[in-house]
Formats: sequence, C-alpha cells, structure tokens
Amino acid sequence: MTTAQTKTHAIDISALNRDDRSLSEKPETCIKVENLNLFYGQKQALHNVNMEMPRKKVTAYIGPSGCGKSTLLRCINRMNDLVDGVSIRGKILLDGEDIYDKSVNVAALRRRVGMVFQKPNPFPKTIYENVAYGLRIQGINDRHILDEVVEKSLRGAALWDEVKNRLNDNALGMSGGQQQRLVIARAIAIEPEVILLDEPASALDPISTLKIEELINELKEKYTIVIVTHNMQQAARVSDYTAFMYMGELIEFGETSELFTNPVKKQTEDYITGRYG
Amino acid sequence: MIKEWFKSGSPWIWLTAGAVTINLVLVAGLLLLIAFRGLGHFWPADIVEYQYEDASGRSTIIGEQVDTSLLPAAQAKAAGHQVLNDAEYLVQFLVKTGNRDILGSDFRWIQQQYIRHKAEPADLISVERREWGNFYGRLKAVKEDGSIIVQGEAALAVAQEKLAAALELHEQIDVLQNKDVGAINYGLERLRLKQRALELKGEWDDAHAQEFAAQKQAYQQKYQEIQVQLAKLNREIKRASLVAVEAGGREVNLPLHRIVKLTQPNAMSGLDKMVEYARNFVTFVSDEPREANTEGGIFPAIFGTVLMVLLMAVVVTPFGVIAAVYLREYAKEGFVTRIIRIAVNNLAGVPSIVYGVFGLGFFVYIIGGNIDRLFFPEAAPAPVFGTPGLLWASLTLALMTLPVVIVATEEGLSRIPKSIREGSLALGATKAETLWRTVLPMASPAIMTGLILAVARAAGEVAPLMLVGVVKLAPTLPLDGNFPFLHLDRKFMHLGFHIYDVGFQSPNVEAARPLVYATSLLLVMVIVGLNMFAITIRNNLREKYRALEN
Repeated sequence: MTTAQTKTHAIDISALNRDDRSLSEKPETCIKVENLNLFYGQKQALHNVNMEMPRKKVTAYIGPSGCGKSTLLRCINRMNDLVDGVSIRGKILLDGEDIYDKSVNVAALRRRVGMVFQKPNPFPKTIYENVAYGLRIQGINDRHILDEVVEKSLRGAALWDEVKNRLNDNALGMSGGQQQRLVIARAIAIEPEVILLDEPASALDPISTLKIEELINELKEKYTIVIVTHNMQQAARVSDYTAFMYMGELIEFGETSELFTNPVKKQTEDYITGRYG
Repeated sequence: MIKEWFKSGSPWIWLTAGAVTINLVLVAGLLLLIAFRGLGHFWPADIVEYQYEDASGRSTIIGEQVDTSLLPAAQAKAAGHQVLNDAEYLVQFLVKTGNRDILGSDFRWIQQQYIRHKAEPADLISVERREWGNFYGRLKAVKEDGSIIVQGEAALAVAQEKLAAALELHEQIDVLQNKDVGAINYGLERLRLKQRALELKGEWDDAHAQEFAAQKQAYQQKYQEIQVQLAKLNREIKRASLVAVEAGGREVNLPLHRIVKLTQPNAMSGLDKMVEYARNFVTFVSDEPREANTEGGIFPAIFGTVLMVLLMAVVVTPFGVIAAVYLREYAKEGFVTRIIRIAVNNLAGVPSIVYGVFGLGFFVYIIGGNIDRLFFPEAAPAPVFGTPGLLWASLTLALMTLPVVIVATEEGLSRIPKSIREGSLALGATKAETLWRTVLPMASPAIMTGLILAVARAAGEVAPLMLVGVVKLAPTLPLDGNFPFLHLDRKFMHLGFHIYDVGFQSPNVEAARPLVYATSLLLVMVIVGLNMFAITIRNNLREKYRALEN
C-alpha cells in the first residue's frame, strides 16, 4: 500500500517539476504547505495555511508575536510533534512527499531539514564534537571523515579561522555569536536540504547579527532557507521571499521586494509601516 | 529602637547563623569525641605498679590506669565502701590488670586511699597474647626446648628476636592453614558437588568415578604434604617460650606462639611511642579480630562494608537511573505516574528494618530458595543462595536507597534545558539517542549526587543487614583466590554491626569500650572516604557538563 503511494508521489513530482520548468522561469518549489491547520488542544494556532517555498532561496516569515510563524516553521521539521496535545491537519510536501505521512521517519526527515534556534544551544562538548554530533548519530566515527566534515562545516559557517586552534575546547566557552555560528555549522555538517532559522540573531549583538546575515547569504547557494524574524529590516535584507502572518493566518506571501514596496493587503501595509505589531 | 533592629533584618541573620553554628558545633563535637576516645585506644600507655593495702591485706597491682571516677563519700558509704580519713570524695581508678587467666578478669577498680606507693618501673613488660588478653609483669628468662637459654637484662633482646622469628613462622602457618588448606577444602567441596550433580542427572559412571578419584587423590596428596610442613612449622614455633613474673610474684610460662607483641612501654621515648601508636593503628585496620572481636583488628569488617556498598552502588545506579528516565522522559504525566512518584517518595520513608524483613522473605527465601532449587540441587539440603549473604544484603540496601537515586536523577533530568534536547533532535537524533548522548551525560552530576546520598545511607545501615547477611564473625572474606573469586553467597562482616556486637554483645565490657569508639571512627572514615570518592567524580562531571548556566 505504502509503496504504491510513494510511487504515485514520484510520478506526481516528476510531472510537477516538468510543468514548472516548461511553464516559466518561476523557481522550483522545495516545500509546499497545503491547507495546514494546527491545534494546541482546543486552540487553533494555524488556519489553513497554503504556500510554496522555492528551492535555494531565503524565505522569511514576519509578523507580530504569537502570530504562528515559529509554529509554522517548526512544522517543517516536525518539531511540534514534541508538544503535548498538538494536532495537525493538512500537508507539507518536501520535494513532493508529505512529511506528515505515516511512513515518514522523523529522524531521517530532520536530517534533511536542519534547524537553528533562537538561543544558541551548543552541547556541553568540545567544538569538534558539537559539529561531529550529527554524523556520530548516523554511526559515522571514521576520524578522517569527521575531520574533513568538521573543517568543511566550520568553514561553511565562517567560523573555521576563529576556532581552528581550539577545536577541543568546550563550546560553551565561545561568545554568543560564535556559538550561533557553531550551531549553524553543526546543522550543515549533516548536509540538509533545508535550514530553518528561528530568529537566529535575536539574542546576538549587531556585529554578530551582521555576520549571521552574511552567512545566510552564502548558505542560500546550497540550501533552501526559511527564517523567522521579528526584525523587518533583517527580513528585507536577507530574504528573497517574505510571508506575513497574522493571528495564525498567512496574510500575504510574495517576493520580498514586492511585498515591502507594494503590499497587496492592508494588514501587511499596516504592519510594515509600523502601525501595529 | 528594637523595632528598627527587627526591621533591619539582622535578627534573622543572627538566627540563621546561630543555627548553622550550633550544627557545626554538634558535628565537630561528635567527631572530636569519637576521634579522641577512639584514637586514644592505640596509644601505648604506661604501666603502673601499685603497692596496695586494703582490708584484705597487702598486694601489688600492675596495670594500665584507664579511668578515674569520683564518688561522693555518702554514696560510697551507701555502696558499702569504707571511706578513710573523713574524705569528702572516694577516688577510684580503673586499672587494666590484664592476666585474665590468673586474675579472672582484665579490669579492676582500686581506691586511691589504699594506695601506699605508685611507680612506673622501666622493666615492666606488656605482652599481647592471642588468648586471654594482655599480660603485664616482668620478664625473667627465655626458654628453648624446655631449658633456660638467657636470663636477666639480656632476656628482652633475645625474646624480641625469638618473637620476630615466631611471628614469621606463625604467618607461614596461617597461610598454609587458611589459604592452601582452604583451597583444597574448597576444591574437594566443588568435587563433591559436581559428583552429586552428575548423580542427580544420572550421568555418574565409572569413567567419572575414576577421574574424580584421581582428582581427590591429588588433593589428598597435597593435603598430606601441607600437613607435614605444618607439623614441622608447629614443632619449630613451639620450641621457645618466655618466663615472666606477674604482679603476685608467681612465675608464668608464656609460649611464644601464643604471643603477638612484647613491649616495654615505660622504657619508650615519645618518638618510640608514636611509632608504636602508628603500628597499633595499622594493625587494627589490617588485622583480623580475635577473642570474640574484643582484640585484634577489624579488617574483615572494613572490607565487608566497602564491598557491600560498592555492590549496592553497582546495582542501584543503573536501576534507579533507568526507572527515573522512564518516569521523566517516557511516562505520560497523569494519575498513574503521580501515584508511582508518590509511592517512590514514600519508599524512602519506610523504616530500614522493614527492608530487612522484606529482603529476608523475598530475596533470601523466595529468590534464593528458587535459585538453589534450580541451579544448585546438588548442594541440598545445604543452601547456597537460599541463606543470607553478601548478594542479598547488597540488593536489600539497593532497594532501600533506590528512591534517593530515582528522585535525584529525575531532578537532574528535569534541569536539562529543553533547547539542548531540541538541538539534538533537530540533528536527526531519536529520543533514545538524545538521551544517551546528551541528556544523561549532562544529568550525570545529579545522578552522582543521588548515589552519594545512597552510599551515605547504605554504609551506615545496620538493622536490615542483620537479617540478610551480616554476621559477627565470618571465617572467610567474600573475595579470595578461589574461583569465582567474588563469593556473593558468603556471609560477611560489617563495621556497623561490629560496633553493635563489640559494644553490646561482648563479655568484656571494659575492654570493648575503646574499640567501640575506634570502630565508629573507622566507620565514619570509611563513609567519608566513599563519599569523597563520589564527590570528586561528581565535581569532575560538573565541570565537564557545566551547561548553559549563564
């Protein structure tokens, strides 16, 4: 039964992809959210969200506190599964496959969809072991492979030059900005397709924030990035697409330049001009 | 004014600081008392010679003065003592006269009013014997093969020399008797059990009979050889003896093989005494007890205590941690979980003797009995595990300390920040992997805290142990050179029980008193030592996993 389903999916995807390419220059869709509703117990936190996030682009979620943007983000790697009493209806398709399908291995999904949290959360281990963690989970313990991946990932997170001489120091001895980049290095070490960033710079000073933003710009060459941010300037600076959410609903979604200069909905306009939020 | 003082909060500070001070004073007082009374026991006291004259006539008394008491005259008269010269108080000394074989008891109260003369002559000797306690008196001569070889001044040096040789021989005899003969007996017993097992299975045949007979023959031969050696050593050791004069003037023959130590405390300098003191302490810690535990050392008790606590820790840690992990990480919060948690907390309040009864009924009789029936049918009717022993004692204490470990571990798990768990999960780790690789290592200091509390409680526990495995005197240590080396079925000695036994079950109360203090001190030292060990590990872990505390 399941194999049959996946087969149908596979056909669907290829059809879809061909359509995309043939129709226009519209970028390829990586994550597609379909009629997503999320309840915490009785309370509905997301109302019928539909959106398509393009591959290797940065999509930003903006909106006032409690609007559901973090919740939506955490649906993409099923982090919400850990919350008691949560129920989800609808679909999220990652490369055309529904990640909420029963046959999906959540751990494998999270390897494809990495996540960086608001507060840096390195493990109380060495810098090296932090980056190698995801690989060790997968049973990779070969020193050569680990060395290589650790260096590559730290370079990828623009941290290598700062820490190459103290890889065996405890990660908790680093500054907040370094820790956040270490966490990003840790996430890209397992080579995900998508990286979710949940207000990655909100706990950092301006210089560290700048570094993170530069890093995001580099990372989108290889990864599809979804970022939640409170900071509209930041959204405008780093993202290609922006989604404005309000009270659990997706109000408007479009190219960032478009959305900020020429919003369609009045609520969006009010928010980005600072009238509320 | 007063009101302001109250408002300023300083009374509160005084109150709290006062409480802490009282606590410290009490703890320090306790330790000092135990240390003072216990450590004094090892000091080589001077021997006093009293010229004594009471209603029964003149006599000489030789011994160590160990205690003094003042009796008001009225009380003394009421108790039937005469009080001379209308003194207000009757001063009494407790003298350890030794020579129990001659005098009938080791201690004697004497009254100062009857003492005519008191001196500490350097030539008085103190002899520690394997039986009958100490001997006090004067050395007269050394005998070998029944004839005197040296007399007078030179006797002591010769005696010491001969004694050293005798002790050497005694050590050899001890090794032969306990280790070698013990190993043979152990081997024969195993052979017997194997034969019985084969018989029960119906596989006993002539081939086995021959093989076993050959093995038995080998053991017998070895035994004969040892017997010959032993006989030779025994002849050798019994050759020499000391001739000494006791306080009453009678000559006493002291065979050297019955002597542990010969000293002249009055002739010792301060430094000598300190060396002697250290030697006494080492002997006490490393020797086996003699004379219904009132003499000798307490090594088997220390060993038993430490081994039992270590076994308990090995059992309780994984068990408690796993239970806590389930309760905290997997169990759904709800009515049942709450009930379980309350039950666990209440278990900590159950009196320890109840655990002892449970251990005896459940572990010893039910589990042990069934193990015997299933795995050791050849030993019947003698029990192997169906009797109190080290394993059951450790398990009983593990059960008793389980709540402590569970509660501490749960506490530790609940303190691990959610962000750390999410960080691990977001990297594709499963919940179990997250637990193993991140959460449990970070909770390890808390687990160690639980273990420290458990060890402190278990090491000092006596009541349940009396039911499940501790004995007054164990013939063998639970760890020895005979396969399988660690004998979990054996009974063992324990410092706590040793204190009780020496203090309250001993026929020789006065002799036992300092031993009670000394053993208590050792028990405290063992517990402190075990705790320091655990605390060091915990602090290292804390340093290592000092997580996101900023």
